[in-house]
Amino acid sequence: MINDILIIARKDLKEVISSRGSYRSGLMYLLIVIGVMGIMMPLSSGRIWLTEPLIPLVWAWFPILLVINVVTDSFAGERERNTLETLLASRLSDRSILFGKITASVIYGWGLGMISNLIAVITVNVADPGPKFQFYDPLVYLALVIFPLLACLLMSSVGVLVSLNAPTARAAYQKLSLVMLAVIIIPTLIGNFAGEKIAQQLTLIFKGVNFIQLGIGVALVILVVDGFLIWLAMQRFKRARLILE
Amino acid sequence: MDYAIQTKKISKSFGQIKAVDQVSFEVQPGTIFGFLGPNGSGKTTTIRLLLGLLEPTEGSSNVMGFDPLSEGQKVRENCGALLEHTGLYERLTALENLDFYGRVWHLSSEERKNRIKELLEKVDLYNRRDEIVKGWSRGMKQKLAVSRVMLHRPKVIFLDEPTAGLDPVASSAFRDDLLNLVQHSGVTVFLTTHNLTEAEKLCQQVGVIKNGKLIMVGSPDELKLLKRSAVTEIVGSGFTDGLITSINQLRGIESVVLQDHHLRITFTEGADSSFLVPFLVQQGVLIEEVRKGKASLEDVFLTMMEEEND
Ligand SMILES: Nc1ncnc2c1ncn2[C@@H]1O[C@H](COP(=O)(O)OP(=O)(O)OP(=O)(O)O)[C@@H](O)[C@H]1O
Ligand SMILES: [Mg+2]
Repeated sequence: MINDILIIARKDLKEVISSRGSYRSGLMYLLIVIGVMGIMMPLSSGRIWLTEPLIPLVWAWFPILLVINVVTDSFAGERERNTLETLLASRLSDRSILFGKITASVIYGWGLGMISNLIAVITVNVADPGPKFQFYDPLVYLALVIFPLLACLLMSSVGVLVSLNAPTARAAYQKLSLVMLAVIIIPTLIGNFAGEKIAQQLTLIFKGVNFIQLGIGVALVILVVDGFLIWLAMQRFKRARLILE
Repeated sequence: MDYAIQTKKISKSFGQIKAVDQVSFEVQPGTIFGFLGPNGSGKTTTIRLLLGLLEPTEGSSNVMGFDPLSEGQKVRENCGALLEHTGLYERLTALENLDFYGRVWHLSSEERKNRIKELLEKVDLYNRRDEIVKGWSRGMKQKLAVSRVMLHRPKVIFLDEPTAGLDPVASSAFRDDLLNLVQHSGVTVFLTTHNLTEAEKLCQQVGVIKNGKLIMVGSPDELKLLKRSAVTEIVGSGFTDGLITSINQLRGIESVVLQDHHLRITFTEGADSSFLVPFLVQQGVLIEEVRKGKASLEDVFLTMMEEEND
């Protein structure tokens, strides 16, 4: 099964990279992304990039965007280009197809993020040579690995759910944008209506906590949500319902 | 397992539309079964049901001993399918397309290499294997898709209008290959087509479907016998009015028409016509030529469609 997942992921990644017309232009695009995230951004922030987790984490939104691009294309794109039915008629199991699609998008977004992070280390050290080569603070690096991974997984599972029954990749993208909008707007609205008092209380609570505990807590919450969404996608993945007219 | 494919009163409705309506048939292993029918008659839907890509509303089916509904994966493991669309990844090259499906079917890298070469050489596409499929013609894509179906040597092959978009030479080559394959490897083929000549050449059994209902199953010859009265045309001399009257009184004769030296005799369905020539000779007719008009499957098909409309 893992083998099958990787076979699909490999094919999907090839398709993503060649979607810009040729492998060469696809790879150019990847180089530009890595250049921005691995060279430009760390150059502008300097050594603090390696010690302050918030700075690289803020840039983690970009890999997440890449995930969205790939994942909305997964089922909806194959449907749009009339390749889905042939794939479904093969020996592949439901799960390997589903996880193959999720894996492809996560590898793409998170993988690019990870490569950029490593290049950023070199960038910082070369631009501002210190007494010795400096790597991320271990905790910072852990956060840099885990949070983007969980976030990419989150985006990917929401994306697969949306893509599963969308007629075209574009429709899936639009649907996902609406979901994202809701995710951003609802907490903002609640924040506005909740008023000053609750905001103050929240600030108090946050002041008291230790960032490591908070990080673990947040990670666990995302993990649970990820698990739930993937479970939901597995339930909704019914071969017989994937052929729409 | 007596049959490679069997359906029992299988039905599929989409809302009000009965796409497939109580269809029952059997396909013997190692044969080619042709599914004929006009547009929208339920051919593609039947294939989807047999591959477990749609759930039947009623009835059941069996492919290589497995139920597509509950054992879909087992069914698909034994099958290869060329569906309505070629299903090719147009952004990838021909080689990448086949390589992907070769991996999907767990062929070793050695096997993939050899098999891809063998199949693509057969359809003259091996030299173009590194081209992106997108720019290819419909026929080239179809050939590539057919190669993909054969790649893993499936036991049952489903082909939804396989020669659509192929030129006459390519269609004919495809038919030869298919016949060859069936003879040598014993695969079972279920194909849909609008091309009746093709069905006649390829299929041991033909099913005719219309508005979701299977209106007839049999060998192409049986169908032709069943549905169209045979015509015999006699060229010669010595036809008299009296003779025509007496022919008309014979059993199994539907009509007799004389035009110049041509006598055109239509028999009723299934009638025996072997007595005709001896009878004419006995009556002193000088016969130059006897032409037996054989209804083509196409004639039969068109007649059937008309009859059903009445
Ligand atoms: N997924 C679907 N949803 C709704 N209706 C459908 C669906 N699939 C097929 N139909 C309907 O079922 C009927 C049979 O369609 P089907 O595609 O099986 O015909 P067909 O014999 O393959 O036709 P063609 O020769 O044009 O390929 C049609 O009326 C079609 O509109
Ligand atoms: Mg069809």
